[in-house]
Amino acid sequence: MNIETIDVNDSIGIVSEVLCGHDKRKGVLVSTLHKIQADNGYLPEDVLRALSKKLAISLAEIYSVASFYKQFHFSPRGKKIVRVCKGTACHVRGAAKVETALIDRFHIKAGETTPDLKLTLETVGCVGCCGLAPVVTINEDVMGTIGPKKIKHLINVIEEEGVAHGEN
Amino acid sequence: MEKIKNIEEFNNLSLLLKEEVFREDVPRIRMCCGTACTASGAHKVVADLEHALGAEHKSVEIVKTGCQGFCQQGPIMKVEPWGYYYQKVKNTDAHEIVSSTISGGFPIRKLLYRDSIAEEPCEMVDTVPYYKKQVRVALKNNGLIDPLQIRHYIAVGGYAALAKALSSMTPDEVLEEVDKANLRGRGGAGFPAGQKWRHSKKAPGKIKFVIANGDEGDPGAFMDRSIMEGDPHGLLEGMLLCAYAIGAQYGFVYVRHEYPLAVVNLKHAIKQAEEIGLLGKNIMGTDFTCHMDVREGAGAFVCGESTALVASIEGDRGFPRPRPPRLSEPGGGVWGFPSNLNNIETYACVPPIIENGAAWFKSIGTENSPGTKVFALTGKVKNTGLVEVPMGITLREIIYDIGGGILDGKKFKAVQTGGPSGGCLPEEFLDLKVDFDSLTKAGSMMGSGGMVVMDEDTCAVDVAKFFLSFTKEESCGKCPPCRIGTYQMLEILERITTGKGVPSDIERLEKISRLVKKGSLCGLGQGAPNPILSTLKYFRQEYEEHVHDKYCRAKVCSGLGTFTIDHSECFLCGLCKQACAFGAVKETRRSFFIDQDMCTKCKGCFTACPIGAVKIGKGKRLSGVGR
Repeated sequence: MNIETIDVNDSIGIVSEVLCGHDKRKGVLVSTLHKIQADNGYLPEDVLRALSKKLAISLAEIYSVASFYKQFHFSPRGKKIVRVCKGTACHVRGAAKVETALIDRFHIKAGETTPDLKLTLETVGCVGCCGLAPVVTINEDVMGTIGPKKIKHLINVIEEEGVAHGEN
Repeated sequence: MEKIKNIEEFNNLSLLLKEEVFREDVPRIRMCCGTACTASGAHKVVADLEHALGAEHKSVEIVKTGCQGFCQQGPIMKVEPWGYYYQKVKNTDAHEIVSSTISGGFPIRKLLYRDSIAEEPCEMVDTVPYYKKQVRVALKNNGLIDPLQIRHYIAVGGYAALAKALSSMTPDEVLEEVDKANLRGRGGAGFPAGQKWRHSKKAPGKIKFVIANGDEGDPGAFMDRSIMEGDPHGLLEGMLLCAYAIGAQYGFVYVRHEYPLAVVNLKHAIKQAEEIGLLGKNIMGTDFTCHMDVREGAGAFVCGESTALVASIEGDRGFPRPRPPRLSEPGGGVWGFPSNLNNIETYACVPPIIENGAAWFKSIGTENSPGTKVFALTGKVKNTGLVEVPMGITLREIIYDIGGGILDGKKFKAVQTGGPSGGCLPEEFLDLKVDFDSLTKAGSMMGSGGMVVMDEDTCAVDVAKFFLSFTKEESCGKCPPCRIGTYQMLEILERITTGKGVPSDIERLEKISRLVKKGSLCGLGQGAPNPILSTLKYFRQEYEEHVHDKYCRAKVCSGLGTFTIDHSECFLCGLCKQACAFGAVKETRRSFFIDQDMCTKCKGCFTACPIGAVKIGKGKRLSGVGR
């Protein structure tokens, strides 16, 4: 995404008619950060610097906002992002076991990325699929009711697809 | 479709669509394509069904609906006109569905719901115990319509409430109706929506905002998600009615970033509604103008708090701030404009109220809390999913009649309501009539409606620790009582659950809880100690066992208890010896035993034993500790 082409009025929508310039520029910040992250997988510093110039918001302020929200990341992430849900329902039905199994297999802790950038392991508060607890999401796909058998399947899915990506 | 120029045109369109869409002579499959059913393979079923239907049954409609609620049994579908209710449908069943049900009209026995193998299966939705006691108001269209089609929504009577309000009611009358219905905020605290609207209406200023709070961060709650995904137009209509009543021109739906499907469906719905003139400038040809937009969060639980949510929309860090000014006052809302913030479910209740009148709404539920409430029933119950029940129903009815009782025939221990700010209620409250006031009185709260059932294998201290680790993570760090208090409380709980608790810990925990409750700035901090306080109130004995006897009766916490092998049960398989990483399980010629000096209480042998011969008993008091 090209920072220079951002149209503040367009991306904030129709409310722009009642807002002053600074409010408008600030108002698009979070959604723009989402877009940058969707393009790059994380928030690279040079892009944020360009954004700071474009929106006339200080870099410190941008970092202050971006670091507050958990969804924004400042370092490159794996191709597969596996999130283990640790919501109440999943907790009660054994999410910790799922997490341990993944940690044992891939040797990374929650929040870390494997050195070959294949996999990022994360935990998440609740993905809203409590009926299927325990739940894991792989990128956008949800995988539910993970028992001992399904854990193996899950690990296979993560590994296989990882290889498939390597071939591409 | 063309733009609607006046109310009459809308009424005609509505009548036309009622006849055209969902015709009774056409067989129809209503397939649940909510997040949970999609995860269990609903889209595969749809693809195979379409293939199996082929040219022969071209007229059969497949409606991809939003969440139908019974997530555990997904993917689920209803086949009309017969009304058969199928669950756990696999894509391999597609042919059989077409050949026997669509062609012959026979139900497929193996896909029908049954409580147990011994019982006759239920053919229709209404006979399934899970749905029997439910009353659907906020979720009425979930499972009926395709959320991506505005035609479907209008065909089931959608936007009729808006047409009624615009044609025959003044804004004051709309507000009056909502106030009379005593609709209370579904987001947690239960503040009357009518009063809130009146505040926002009274606020000076020409420009006002309506905001829907879809930052559903409570672990274990997903009713807002299901409404946003399954019935986005219902939410928009509710917001439009509010905007009309208070005189607002702009609306935002704030959705948490973890719900991508909700964002897509809402944006789609807004576009469709704008296209046919039900949103935007001069709605239905009247002077009423209102624009809507979606705003995404970025993963911060605290943004569900009203002032933090506003900060987040403005593009700031999602910090709460002291009130007043309230959101409804000038200087308090988004960019300083007076704003009205309600929960998604609250808005979804508004169109039925306007359509059927306040008296109808009041006939459901209890006097002080009329209407229904959606609960996300999860945890160790047989049937998990979304249930919408009238207020005043007992917990027993929800857990046993609808939920089907506890999983694996275990014993009920507690039910946690209200998410991380709520509390745990023990068995004696099973007959409590659920409404806003009764739950608060019992020491818990309604919250957004998460209901997590726990059985005897769940440890009360561990549950409190779980919720606290959540609030500690999510604490925004602005005010010290919450930032430091949650950290300290978690540390104490950590100590207690690993067997390092000292007798003064329980008192200290109580003291910090009271301080955090009193001193915190926003609801997150004020509610954070609730799980501790309620478990301390009802399960104090368990805390004491952890601290004094070093024993966890649910056998959840590791590092506690004395491990022994019951020789009368043990059949010498040796798995415990293999499982022990510390060489603490010793073997003699005829028996296994555990060397207490080597045992680290890791529970390895306990989980490995296939017959449960490894017992965990109350720990011995070590000299010098606890005296």
